[in-house]
Amino acid sequence: MAIDQTRIEKLILERELENFLYAEADLLDNRRYEEWLDLLTEDLRYWMPLRRNYKFGQEWQENSRELEDLAWFDENKTTLILRVKQIMTGIHWAEEPPSRISHFVTNIRVIEANPSLAEPFEVKLSSRFLIYRNRLQDETDILAGKREDVLRNENGQWKIARRNIFLDQNVLLTKSLTFFF
Amino acid sequence: MPANWNSAAQLVDLDKGTVSREVYVNEDLFAQELEKIFARAWLFVGHESQVPNPNDYALSMMGSESVILTRDKQGQIHVLLNSCRHRGMKVVRYDAGNCPIFSCPYHGWSFSCDGNLVEVPGQLVGVPHYKDGYREKLDKIEWGLVNVAKLVNYKGAIFATWDPTAPSFEDYLGDMRMYLDILLDSWDGREGGTEVIGGIIRWRFPANWKFPAENFGGDSLHLISHRSVEIAGIGPGGAGQQRNGLPRKIEGRRPPRGHISFDLGHSVSGVPPFPQYEEYDYDPFPAFESPLGPLDQPKIVGEYFKHLAEERRRRLKGKVMPALDGVGLIFPNFTCHPQGFPRDLCVWHPLSARLTEGWRLLLVERDAPKEVKDLLRHHYIRYSGPAGMTEQDDMENWNYATEASLGTIARRYPYNNQLRIGEVVPASGLQGAWWAASPNEHTQRSLYKRWGEFLDSDSWEQMMPPKPLLKL
Repeated sequence: MAIDQTRIEKLILERELENFLYAEADLLDNRRYEEWLDLLTEDLRYWMPLRRNYKFGQEWQENSRELEDLAWFDENKTTLILRVKQIMTGIHWAEEPPSRISHFVTNIRVIEANPSLAEPFEVKLSSRFLIYRNRLQDETDILAGKREDVLRNENGQWKIARRNIFLDQNVLLTKSLTFFF
Repeated sequence: MPANWNSAAQLVDLDKGTVSREVYVNEDLFAQELEKIFARAWLFVGHESQVPNPNDYALSMMGSESVILTRDKQGQIHVLLNSCRHRGMKVVRYDAGNCPIFSCPYHGWSFSCDGNLVEVPGQLVGVPHYKDGYREKLDKIEWGLVNVAKLVNYKGAIFATWDPTAPSFEDYLGDMRMYLDILLDSWDGREGGTEVIGGIIRWRFPANWKFPAENFGGDSLHLISHRSVEIAGIGPGGAGQQRNGLPRKIEGRRPPRGHISFDLGHSVSGVPPFPQYEEYDYDPFPAFESPLGPLDQPKIVGEYFKHLAEERRRRLKGKVMPALDGVGLIFPNFTCHPQGFPRDLCVWHPLSARLTEGWRLLLVERDAPKEVKDLLRHHYIRYSGPAGMTEQDDMENWNYATEASLGTIARRYPYNNQLRIGEVVPASGLQGAWWAASPNEHTQRSLYKRWGEFLDSDSWEQMMPPKPLLKL
């Protein structure tokens, strides 16, 4: 019985991209920030909107608007480099001593692959995250939410071109966001 | 410092320049603050641009309580306590919306602010079983949503108080009004003209609300905490520029740096009023060079600010007013950066002695081009709030200062606000105000003087006029 070629291509691509996301999470968990920055395309956009309590039927109200309103993060590669630079000074007190952090990435699915599953150049991924962060003696944060990523194949290396992060919180219940999603 | 005290003033030693740690961590004092300060003072509720259309509403807070900011059908703004007068349920739980009548989901009591339907804003308009259950005897005004006692719309900023005996907002502000004007007026010298960018940054952190209050009231000494963000270089002018947009090299003469405290409890890091563009002749806008944020268009923004600076100079030359500068506090918990970057305001809502919720809004000129609003918005996001590279380090300090002050032994040792204690002089051109060169801690001493007055006074007569910081 012949196996559908498309299913195999999808299977391989999903496994490949899951591994990419796990390797990315490893870098962040191990504070290898500069290597993490190398996983970002030059035209990266990294956006985390505010979430509102909205009325049924008005779903468009839920997230703050990307090009209009405030957000938690609305970054490019330059500003993410600055954030890393700040942590690397060793005197960014909000992240010094460093947090202990673990990123759990799950529910990873390929939504779209262009131009094809067999030879993808850009892929849209959907996933969920759970970030456990512990600082100093007893500061503990658990943050969960959804991610929409666009990954791009640059010379055989997958890189992140776009990340939309939907944190499942309204009023932020953590003191500071000194880490990456 | 006393282990027991009969009055709050005993916890504040103005002569020695010390403040008891109890002020920051004691839950009984916190309960008194809610009663004596937050139930009586003028508090910032929101900006009119949050409720632009009739029947718009937005949730806000006053003290630790949820309130509804709303514009009625006739266009009037009201602030109502968000709790049904029947049996307590919150009548509004969406962050914002448009609704002519607030209906409680619990038992259906309905309230309105529409002047065609009611005499008093928030009055009851619908009660199930009004005829057969209440025999029409339930007083619809008495049982309407609780209204604030007084409200003002000051250049778009909505302030309110629960206390009907409170002085007018003008009297409450005193000459701090000149600094609030710097925040709310257009940078080109025209009055008003600012609006809020969509969205409110809201977050909780484990510290007493008075840490951020005194930080923005004037704490230039803490700038060393921000060394890491200066090294990173996040300013709107691009790489190599200061984080808050002030030019590294100022062309022209600047007035001497200082802090001003008002006996009314407010304070600013800034300068007393002076004739603009005469003895001191400088422009506080950065040179917009390299793009930094994702939508930055420095050339367009640079042209805009160059034009703004020319207009400002043309309109304001010779006018006696403070500089476009500094940080400020309106007692008790409204703070702002009246200076350019970021041009923001924040209210620090007290949830407990050890927990505070910050609500941050960003102001822009209403008629600024999109490129300017985009750049300012991005600068704000990377500067302030929990994702703000500057404010993150502030919160670390506030968090652990609170925590380290909790202990039995720690509480026996007061905080030291003695910096430049002998060098405070009356601020020129301002009523009931004092000045000292930066850095200094008289704004801290002044804040806690006023804090003690609020906690120890039963009436406004006892608090107005305020006690002077120094006897001359």
